[in-house]
Amino acid sequence: MSAIVARNLTKKYNGKPALDDVSFSIAPGRIVGLIGPNGAGKTTALKAILGLTSFEGELSVLGQDPRVSRNRLMNDVCFIADVAILPRWIRVSQAIDFVEGVHPRFSRAKCEAFLARTKLQPKQRVREMSKGMIVQLHLALVMAIDAKVLVLDEPTLGLDILYRKQFYQSLLNDYFDEEKTIVVTTHQVEEIEHILTDILFVRAGQIALAATMDEVAERFTEVMVGPEHAEAARALGPLDERTVFGKSIFLFDGIARPRLAQLGELRTPNVADLFVATMKGTYA
Amino acid sequence: MNASTSSLSPARKFGWLLRREFWENRGGFFWAPVIAGIVICALSLLGALAGSLHLSGIDKPENLNAAMSSDEFARQMGFIGDGGLLAGVGIVVLVLGFVVFFYCLGALYDDRRDRSILFWKSLPVSDWLTVLSKLAWALLLAPVLAIGIGLAIGACLLLISALTMAINGMDGSWAMIWHSHPIRVTFNALSIVPVYAAWSLPTVGWLMLCSAFARSKPFLWAVLVPVLSATLLSWMGALPGISMPHGSIWYTLVYRGLLSIAPGTWYIDSTLVGRLAASAQHIENPSDLMRVIDLSRGWHIFAGADVWIGMAAGTAMIALAIWLRRRRDDA
Repeated sequence: MSAIVARNLTKKYNGKPALDDVSFSIAPGRIVGLIGPNGAGKTTALKAILGLTSFEGELSVLGQDPRVSRNRLMNDVCFIADVAILPRWIRVSQAIDFVEGVHPRFSRAKCEAFLARTKLQPKQRVREMSKGMIVQLHLALVMAIDAKVLVLDEPTLGLDILYRKQFYQSLLNDYFDEEKTIVVTTHQVEEIEHILTDILFVRAGQIALAATMDEVAERFTEVMVGPEHAEAARALGPLDERTVFGKSIFLFDGIARPRLAQLGELRTPNVADLFVATMKGTYA
Repeated sequence: MNASTSSLSPARKFGWLLRREFWENRGGFFWAPVIAGIVICALSLLGALAGSLHLSGIDKPENLNAAMSSDEFARQMGFIGDGGLLAGVGIVVLVLGFVVFFYCLGALYDDRRDRSILFWKSLPVSDWLTVLSKLAWALLLAPVLAIGIGLAIGACLLLISALTMAINGMDGSWAMIWHSHPIRVTFNALSIVPVYAAWSLPTVGWLMLCSAFARSKPFLWAVLVPVLSATLLSWMGALPGISMPHGSIWYTLVYRGLLSIAPGTWYIDSTLVGRLAASAQHIENPSDLMRVIDLSRGWHIFAGADVWIGMAAGTAMIALAIWLRRRRDDA
């Protein structure tokens, strides 16, 4: 069974569609990167999944409609909606007490073990913490919850590289397993592409590309082509062409590798390059 | 994860929500009345000190209780003691009105402003339980806590006066404490809590509705909407052919909708002046005074339609606030 299924999901703000008839499905045990330019509808999609906004169409999260059974769903769905949104007055110990008090799947021992690796003190208030420390606390709280779906919306925005690396490392090593599903949006695509199993590109309220990383590696190929083969490469209809050090790099979708190998050196494109090629002209 | 731990009872969650409110609002619910009390006690201590110094050079009255038997004197001193306890409650209750007013305005707004609502909403707690926990603080827990603090302050005031009198050599001053009726006073003070809850519900409901509704400046919404609409309606009354019941418009919109959060406002109705005049003639000693400010008189409001209509309106506004809390997605 899919963890999340969306069918003809539509959401309009003042008549302007933020999500335009979107359909996708996410299987359990996947880490899905929801990637798109600003204003593409990523956050709207996440809000719909979390039951934080109304929408048209069908959406099922763990078999339930988030509009109807939001409270029950929150037993199994966790989210870090943005950086640094913990209430400023709360102390570390109070946050732990409260989440333990209201969440049936929270493990105090786990949470304290995560926090032991940080400099956070039980008496410390959120307002006395740096942005990175707030995210450490939030992540410790969330990882101590044995949820089925974890939604992360720009969880590392504005953090330095040390905190960002640590964030995804903890998530992968200490939290993720084949029963859990993680949906993450971020602009720092390079940093998460090695942990993703699937990508969903969103553009102007629509899905521009939905594929597993394996499919990406199969479908998309980059070829570094010398000037002598450039015309031949263009004839094959590349998605994108850019020039590095006098050589052209072509990005192809669905062209057999042996054929491309005759033109030049092959490599698998990274997600960032694929993203840039797919989103060409978005802001034009 | 087994089935037995897959959900927690709403009662348990509610308990944690109440605790959460106290953590967040400790300053208003606890420290504001305590600090007010400390200031008042310090002032009366200073006054007592100054008075004692002043008295030390003067002949003391030989016998304060010459006019009555010592039993009667002790009895009357006891009522003065009750008055002292109630004075403590009065001070705190004055603070309470302001605290609850701003608490209600911020209750469903502050976490939307700093977006921490997204954290609260990520937990399996329903919006109605959250709103009800805030309502419980505004209507019941904050007043009960305030009365407790008020009684403690009253006891301090009492101790200060008894001590001052004893130091200055006045006989029988301790009767103020031994013959006071702390249990009766406590019961009396607590008996106004249901009255306060019922009476202030329309105002609390309106403030929380504004708090849930306003995108910014809930204070302006809360104050300007009732005041401006009452003004507007009053102006319309100036047009020929339209007669406006100015009194009831202002009473309903502003007094019941905005000011009824101030404790004691239920005493101020049309019968007040007559009641005061009637009782003023019979005040000859402290026990009479204590009878006049018998707080349990507040229960008379339940005999009128006013409070019931107010409660219905308040409940409707709370329901609307819960709905808004659930539906709003501007965070």
